Amino acid sequence: MKLVIIKYNAGNIQSVLYALERIGASALVTDDTEEIGKADKIIFPGVGEASSAMKYLTERKLDKVICNLQQPVLGICLGMQLMCSYSEENNTPCLNIFNETVKHFTAPPQSGIKVPQIGWNNIYHLKTNVFQEIKENSFAYFVHGYYANLGEHTIATTHYIQPYSAALHKKNFYGVQFHPEKSADIGEQILKNFLTL
Amino acid sequence: MLTKRIIPCLDIKDGRTVKGTNFIDLRDAGDPVELGALYAKQGADELVFLDITATHEKRKTLSELVNKIAHHINIPFTVGGGISSVEDVYILLQNGADKISVNTSAFKRPELIRELEKDFGSQCVVLAIDTKQEEDGEWYVYLNGGRVKTDIKCFDWAKQGVDLGAGEILLTSMDHDGTKAGFALEITKLLAENLSVPVIASGGGGKTEHFKDVFNKANADAALAASIFHFKEIDIPELKQYLHLQHINVRL
Repeated sequence: MKLVIIKYNAGNIQSVLYALERIGASALVTDDTEEIGKADKIIFPGVGEASSAMKYLTERKLDKVICNLQQPVLGICLGMQLMCSYSEENNTPCLNIFNETVKHFTAPPQSGIKVPQIGWNNIYHLKTNVFQEIKENSFAYFVHGYYANLGEHTIATTHYIQPYSAALHKKNFYGVQFHPEKSADIGEQILKNFLTL
Repeated sequence: MLTKRIIPCLDIKDGRTVKGTNFIDLRDAGDPVELGALYAKQGADELVFLDITATHEKRKTLSELVNKIAHHINIPFTVGGGISSVEDVYILLQNGADKISVNTSAFKRPELIRELEKDFGSQCVVLAIDTKQEEDGEWYVYLNGGRVKTDIKCFDWAKQGVDLGAGEILLTSMDHDGTKAGFALEITKLLAENLSVPVIASGGGGKTEHFKDVFNKANADAALAASIFHFKEIDIPELKQYLHLQHINVRL
């Protein structure tokens, strides 16, 4: 199987590569549109800021390539958010694969709740084979200040300030807000599940 | 619900894990790669890897060691020690670190925090502060692994660091570090309740009750400890089970 990680100006690619290595998989890291088109499966990672990431993708025509992919695609964190329609982070129009707006967490005054959310939180209402063998309320590692609402594409839910989408799915496209590459054994199982879809 | 985090810290000198009392008298505590992998398996929520000699001896953190550790662990991983530029951070991230921590270099040139935030995002930048309470009752910032006192108050520097883009504060009380007498609750609470980012409490954790107190009384977001884990005085699964029974939300 040919696995490709889309290379762009957003971090955590190395962590994803090492996580794949731990489960016995290898991947090519590239922003070459032809290589991405030829892949069997694609991981779209990301830690960073939405508008500069979209700018990078658009300049390399990767935006159109990603939207037209027919193979299974897994967006991680910012990758998932970029697959939504729009992000409040610097008012950025995104890829519009998932019909959801990405909003900034707003903590109620005096609540003491910190934004961004950093740490381990439960994922529940798990759907699709990506979450096969994952128990309801398992813990995953999150680092994010923006979130996608619950909607028709939601396949996992997490609660921080309010319930929101921990994962999204539409056709061949999957997105997870948490970091499977840093979510211990649960995360490795989710990556394995994606590789065997 | 977001959990409180338990973070073992690996203080590294010459490629080995070491631990001292009040920042001196270092003892060998084992191979950092083995320890890191063991802690990840036991349910540690993150790891922190500090090259404690880096600033002093003007060495760069051993990126090769970071790389080796990163291959073996599947939880988030922070690296600190001797980081003073965007280039230093780039190399560490390339070798598998998820976050980096800055201390003395950021104090001497606060703009560094902004530069790192701009290039890597605030989630990547942990501001480590070593602090000590003076006779006037105030907590002051110390530099160079606790060897150099400054006239700046801990809270003021933490606040400035957050304004510049630090995504977390790693607060170590030098008065408590290595004593196993409990965390510095007062200063931890001041920071945890007045800053918009998570605060990791460090220094003094010796008993399971100390962890309960730092979460319940000081509102810390995470607690970090080293020797008690390295020398197996407290076992991570037991600690988390205890906290769970005390109704503190932890990842089990």
